[in-house]
Amino acid sequence: MCDQTFVAATFGPCESCGNASPLMNIYIKTDPINYCSFCVEMMACEGLQRGETLATLKTESQSLKKRLDEERNKLNDVELHQVAEKVEVLGALSIKTKRVLKGHGNKVLCMDWCKDKRRLVSSSQDGKVIVWDAFTLNKEHGVTLPCTWVMACAYAPSGCAVACGGLDNKCSVFPLSLDKNENLSAKKKSVAMHTNYLSGCTFTNSDMQILTSSGDGTCALWDVESGQLLQSFHGHTADVLSLDLAPSETGNTFVSGGCDKKANVWDMRSGQNIQSFENHESDINCVKYYPSGDAFASASDDATCRFYDLRADREVAVYQKDSVIFGASSVDFSMSGRLLFAGYNDYTINVWDVLKGSRVSILYGHENRISRVRVSPDGTALCSASWDNTLRIWA
Amino acid sequence: MARDMTDKEILKMELAQLKKEVDTPRTPVNANCAETVAYVEELSPNDPLIKGVSDEKNPYKGDKGGCIIT
Repeated sequence: MCDQTFVAATFGPCESCGNASPLMNIYIKTDPINYCSFCVEMMACEGLQRGETLATLKTESQSLKKRLDEERNKLNDVELHQVAEKVEVLGALSIKTKRVLKGHGNKVLCMDWCKDKRRLVSSSQDGKVIVWDAFTLNKEHGVTLPCTWVMACAYAPSGCAVACGGLDNKCSVFPLSLDKNENLSAKKKSVAMHTNYLSGCTFTNSDMQILTSSGDGTCALWDVESGQLLQSFHGHTADVLSLDLAPSETGNTFVSGGCDKKANVWDMRSGQNIQSFENHESDINCVKYYPSGDAFASASDDATCRFYDLRADREVAVYQKDSVIFGASSVDFSMSGRLLFAGYNDYTINVWDVLKGSRVSILYGHENRISRVRVSPDGTALCSASWDNTLRIWA
Repeated sequence: MARDMTDKEILKMELAQLKKEVDTPRTPVNANCAETVAYVEELSPNDPLIKGVSDEKNPYKGDKGGCIIT
């Protein structure tokens, strides 16, 4: 048969693009379709179902988002600060710098407390990871990683190991030994492998599993002993910058925030994204669960921190002020959940009253932007890590 | 990985996620916030950063005492 001439039985507007041209009458699963040849090719190449194009997917996405917002708004009968009107206003806080930890040669990017409430681990841009005793300012261990920008570090629940990683795309676990002469680098164990930088890591309830977040847009759960990937979490459409595990013993959810302005809540066992919140106007730098486990807060480059209630599935408070224009890099709650400490790129830490939504205090002291704030496990102190090469303990 | 996906795949992933989320069970904000407030009220009297810690118990008390070297 002749090859180039295609049988054009009809001429008219194409059902997909609307242009008038010779139409190809084809059947998709017994549905007759009249598209011009261009649209047929497009459809075939991109494996779409009938009628799907980038534009239609977008409009469907928009309409679903609107519907989701409506559903959420139906239950929005009152704001958090209105419910909290009867609560007593907080008195002035007497939080001051009590210790300054000097020793890093470059920007301190991350820190984590040990469960014994006195030790902490910090990592910096020059590849050094140091374990400190916060009471005595003693440096107990130091490791140098071969990569720079160690953006994530975490203390194991048992206190016997630390995990860290950054531009090397891996998360390495170092067992801490009491022998000062021992070379910790020799005992390094590479646990996680991502295809981009490691932005956050945390141990789960035991020393045996690590949860990591990465610049490649995924989070993953790894087994420390074998280095095997147990579960991976896909859903973010850009770098994931932070993650936090739900506080309860039986809890198996975690929240992650990323450059796609979304904060997602995941089920660790199934790998599913359970809830997702897109309220921020810029990258989310940090997410932290509320001590009760039913809410979480996020800090973003849009200079706001927001508080989301998981059961109501919506944002219930925004912590912002016209005078605060720098992005927030890190948040943590005080032990009772009444205070929210947020570190900003303008070198200060703002202390917000979670319930009333007002700022209670500003902590000055650092000489460069704050990279991380963490309240100690017993709530007696706050530690902040900064690009001015120091860590400060406030109590 | 998000970087390797085409725009279409990303949109499809978002769509699937949104469809799931529209059906999640939700409770009214009023009830949840009241619970949050109650939780905080119960714990805040014991919050060391709010009520402060006396100097004897505070491990971070200032080094006002000097040490005498003889």
